[in-house]
Amino acid sequence: MSNTPTDRRYAKSHEWLKDEGDGNFTIGITDHAQGLLGDLVFVDLPEVGTVVEAGNDCAVVESVKAASDVYSPVTGEVIAVNEALDGAPETINDDAFGNGWMFKVKVADAVESDSLLDAAGYDALIAEEE
Amino acid sequence: MPFIPHTENDIKEMLATIGVDHIDALFDEIPSELRCGELDAIPPGMPEMEVSRLMQMRARADGQPLCFIGAGAYDHHIPAAVWELTTRGEFYTAYTPYQAEASQGTLQLLYEYQSMMTALTGMDVSNASLYDGASALAEAVLMAVRGNRKSKSKRILLPRNLHPTYRRVVHTIVRNQQIELVEVGYDRVTGSIDHAELERYSGEDFAALVIPQPNFFGILEAVDELTNWAHDNGMLAIAVVNPMAMAILRPAGEWGDLGADICCGEGQPLGAPVSSGGPYFGFLCSTDKLVRQMPGRIIGKTVDLDGKIGYALTLQAREQHIRRSKATSNICTNQGLMVTAATIHMTLMGGEGLQRVAAASHANTGKLTQALTSLPGVETVFKGAVFHEQVLRLPIEVTKALRALAAHNVLGGFDLSDDYPELGDAVLVCATELRNEDDIENYRGKLERVIQSQVQTPCQLKPDW
Amino acid sequence: MIYEHSRVGRRAMAQAPSEKVEMAGIPDAMLRASQPPLPEVSEMQAVRHFTRLSQKNFSIDTQFYPLGSCTMKYNPRACNTLASLPGMLSRHPLAPDTHSQGFMACLYELQDILKIVTGMHAVSLTPAAGAQGEFAGVAMIRAYHDARGDKERSEILVPDAAHGTNPASAVMCGYKAREIPTGSDGDIDIEALKSALGPQTAGIMLTNPSTVGVFERRIKEIAELVHAAGGLLYYDGANLNAILGKVRPGDMGFDVIHMNLHKTFSTPHGGGGPGAGPVGVSKRLEPYLPIPMVDFDGNDYRWLTEQDRPDSIGRLSAFAGNAGVLIRAYIYARLLGREGMHRVSEYSTLNANYLLKRLMEAGFDAAYPERRASHEFILTLKKQAKELGVNTMDFAKRLLDYGVHAPTTYFPLLVPECLLVEPTETEAKEDLDRFVEIMQTIKQEAESQPEMVKQAPHTMPVRRLDDVRAARELDLAWKPGA
Repeated sequence: MSNTPTDRRYAKSHEWLKDEGDGNFTIGITDHAQGLLGDLVFVDLPEVGTVVEAGNDCAVVESVKAASDVYSPVTGEVIAVNEALDGAPETINDDAFGNGWMFKVKVADAVESDSLLDAAGYDALIAEEE
Repeated sequence: MPFIPHTENDIKEMLATIGVDHIDALFDEIPSELRCGELDAIPPGMPEMEVSRLMQMRARADGQPLCFIGAGAYDHHIPAAVWELTTRGEFYTAYTPYQAEASQGTLQLLYEYQSMMTALTGMDVSNASLYDGASALAEAVLMAVRGNRKSKSKRILLPRNLHPTYRRVVHTIVRNQQIELVEVGYDRVTGSIDHAELERYSGEDFAALVIPQPNFFGILEAVDELTNWAHDNGMLAIAVVNPMAMAILRPAGEWGDLGADICCGEGQPLGAPVSSGGPYFGFLCSTDKLVRQMPGRIIGKTVDLDGKIGYALTLQAREQHIRRSKATSNICTNQGLMVTAATIHMTLMGGEGLQRVAAASHANTGKLTQALTSLPGVETVFKGAVFHEQVLRLPIEVTKALRALAAHNVLGGFDLSDDYPELGDAVLVCATELRNEDDIENYRGKLERVIQSQVQTPCQLKPDW
Repeated sequence: MIYEHSRVGRRAMAQAPSEKVEMAGIPDAMLRASQPPLPEVSEMQAVRHFTRLSQKNFSIDTQFYPLGSCTMKYNPRACNTLASLPGMLSRHPLAPDTHSQGFMACLYELQDILKIVTGMHAVSLTPAAGAQGEFAGVAMIRAYHDARGDKERSEILVPDAAHGTNPASAVMCGYKAREIPTGSDGDIDIEALKSALGPQTAGIMLTNPSTVGVFERRIKEIAELVHAAGGLLYYDGANLNAILGKVRPGDMGFDVIHMNLHKTFSTPHGGGGPGAGPVGVSKRLEPYLPIPMVDFDGNDYRWLTEQDRPDSIGRLSAFAGNAGVLIRAYIYARLLGREGMHRVSEYSTLNANYLLKRLMEAGFDAAYPERRASHEFILTLKKQAKELGVNTMDFAKRLLDYGVHAPTTYFPLLVPECLLVEPTETEAKEDLDRFVEIMQTIKQEAESQPEMVKQAPHTMPVRRLDDVRAARELDLAWKPGA
């Protein structure tokens, strides 16, 4: 049943992290997270060039009834943000794992992956929450 | 029992349903050692007619002196319909419009208010109001610090010719957030912001420059130049304006090449009586770009399930009830009722009516200035152009002069000697459209006598015989 | 929209000066090129438009309005009439003391009444609303610690059920807000509180009765714990109506409080303000109270300002706060008198407990069935949401169809599918009975025709609004030519 992609890892705070293989990682929120938030109306992204720290909030996704911080799963420099979300935050509702990506981080050191989950682990986490 | 409808029988039945014998039993979860006794020190209740007598006496005690004070609160005519409509129970006793379907009156009215404020200030968007002009400026400062992503300094340039109490209020509200307020002096000849002093900060990191129009002295600032200077130096331009001035002067949205970024001020001249300083309302407008940094309520137009136009609170995720500790501000409400009055006021006056009021007030202050400066030793302090307010210097001690005038039931203006001792015996005067030529002559005549009585010193010369 | 009635050249000119005079002495470049695009309508068109708008509102004057935590009780007309006497409305805020004795006497006596009824040492009336009172209160806590050189305190504790303003106010004063969980009985989790307290604790913000509608029974112990840790206790007066004349925040051990005069002292809510949020303090915080305040030497009243109170946290508004609201509260207090204040809490509590009992008998679940209700109580519609698919929002919207304003919904956040109901003391028994009947009817409707309830309201000026569209396609002002 699960449609959680297996090509990436997950934070307990519902972000996904995909290794692009060139030292860069793409980050977004999971389909489960967008479902909890409902129709998104605004996405506040970090500025390119900002240094984000693993576990710190660096973006905000807003629905009508809630605003939720997005925490970077890794430490590094933001090298790109998904500007298309600016006028179309609903892209995250429609395609959280694909076109709804939020920002890319260039990581200097190895990623501390201990606290991150694989797809099965994330599915188990969601099952537990429900 | 005043305002409580319960009959003996009601009480009996209700207690029986609950299953207790006495009302007092309902407080059984309060630890008995904490219970207070009778509130003997509070006077017993009074019937309406007695309270009415008391309040009439209190109101009479303050007299109704002839008032030439402005300084942030202006006595304008308010059309009779404004408060007749505003105090309708459906406006007066409604709550914040949380249930949109049952609050379309308030919501649409607030949308109309936002529309009128953007029309008046030339800005893109307006919120649904804040407490008053001074706290609106404090919120504008916080908004600029959040909104100016280029600036990292949390420093704000605040001119000294801004209302002294506004400066104090901003300090109170922002100081615990490590925001630094840097004061810029004024030009002693023109009364406007000292451009040379400002230039010293060129190239430094500030989040915003605050530009009053008019400033506290009534003087008009070179707003285009100041706005451009702020933008050239990576700062936001915060306009603090009298809304009545916006009816006749170039609106903040048109200042300089790009317009001001934030425009705030005291809404009182738009339909609120001076009433001892409140309730008034603060307005806050901005560019589209900054809308998500706005504090307070914002109303948006939308449609219902049938596609019918309706109005709703929007961008609520900025607010404390959702965002809690990360909200743009702790403010919950606006000054809904005052905004109701202002919206009706602006509707009845229209653009033409507000311009006439602004022009008449300006002309009256001009006549007052002329009348008072005809007295020996009374002169204007600054050379700059003004809007309906003027600083005059008296040949006698200003505090004493105002006291003497008050004894004759004339409130002669705002004493500047505490806040601006460098100006000497200076007073800020204002004559709105409500003061007529007799009033102005009354003031002139009384000031003449006060000056004569105070400059008459005992004769030093011996008679020459 | 008022602009739809607008025609170029149409005016309601009776209200403006009869001619437009020249703007002398102002360079043309500084003047507006054209008139501001405000509506151009006749006086009658304006009167009709705004009268009709008013008729689209629910209000206390027209509907039962049991909005929990908001104290929507009757606003006596005398308060408005007497606060609107010409001498009251025309007094300039900067008028000298010689022309302010009547006004200041009212404020001074109101300060006194609020002191007595809350058991605090001193009161400042200047905060313009509850949230500004909160800000002032936390700023005083900070000023107190700072003055003692105790600068390491960085946290304000707030219960998880607290109103959103509490953490927001703490942050505006430069503190971090730390949440304390609520126990299953509705009281604060004392063990969690103990482990959160420490040298970093600046204070705790509490509402009592709390936002879950029950009296915090261990308040004395909480006060001792917080004080022992060097922190101060802040009382959020949102629910003062429940205890007026029965128990005083000062006696519970609170150091600083704010009151919501638009709730407890029945000043109008005005569609969302103006309110008034006076603050009261214990003796040790008195120097920090916001200014101005009124002092009396036995003969004359005068303002206390920066000169008298050099350690004050300062000013919060350009003049003296929402003076007209304060005057209304003063008039209300004089009408009630000491005996009337007791009655406020007695009958609001009687009404709440009666209504709760009747609703429980009608098959609704109380969130805290074992507890005595204060002046308000929480129902949870979890069962209805799960079994019928009809949630709290649907119930709330359907209530509107029956001419009742919905109670507060989805607050506090910790009780799922909740309705916070506050009937207030000014509602008659038959109106409470009618509310029970309506709730029963909606419950039956939810069982027999859930879709109809989920589509409610059906009789309001509009149906449910598209909030997503409102936020995505922002339309915040009518623009000429649009």
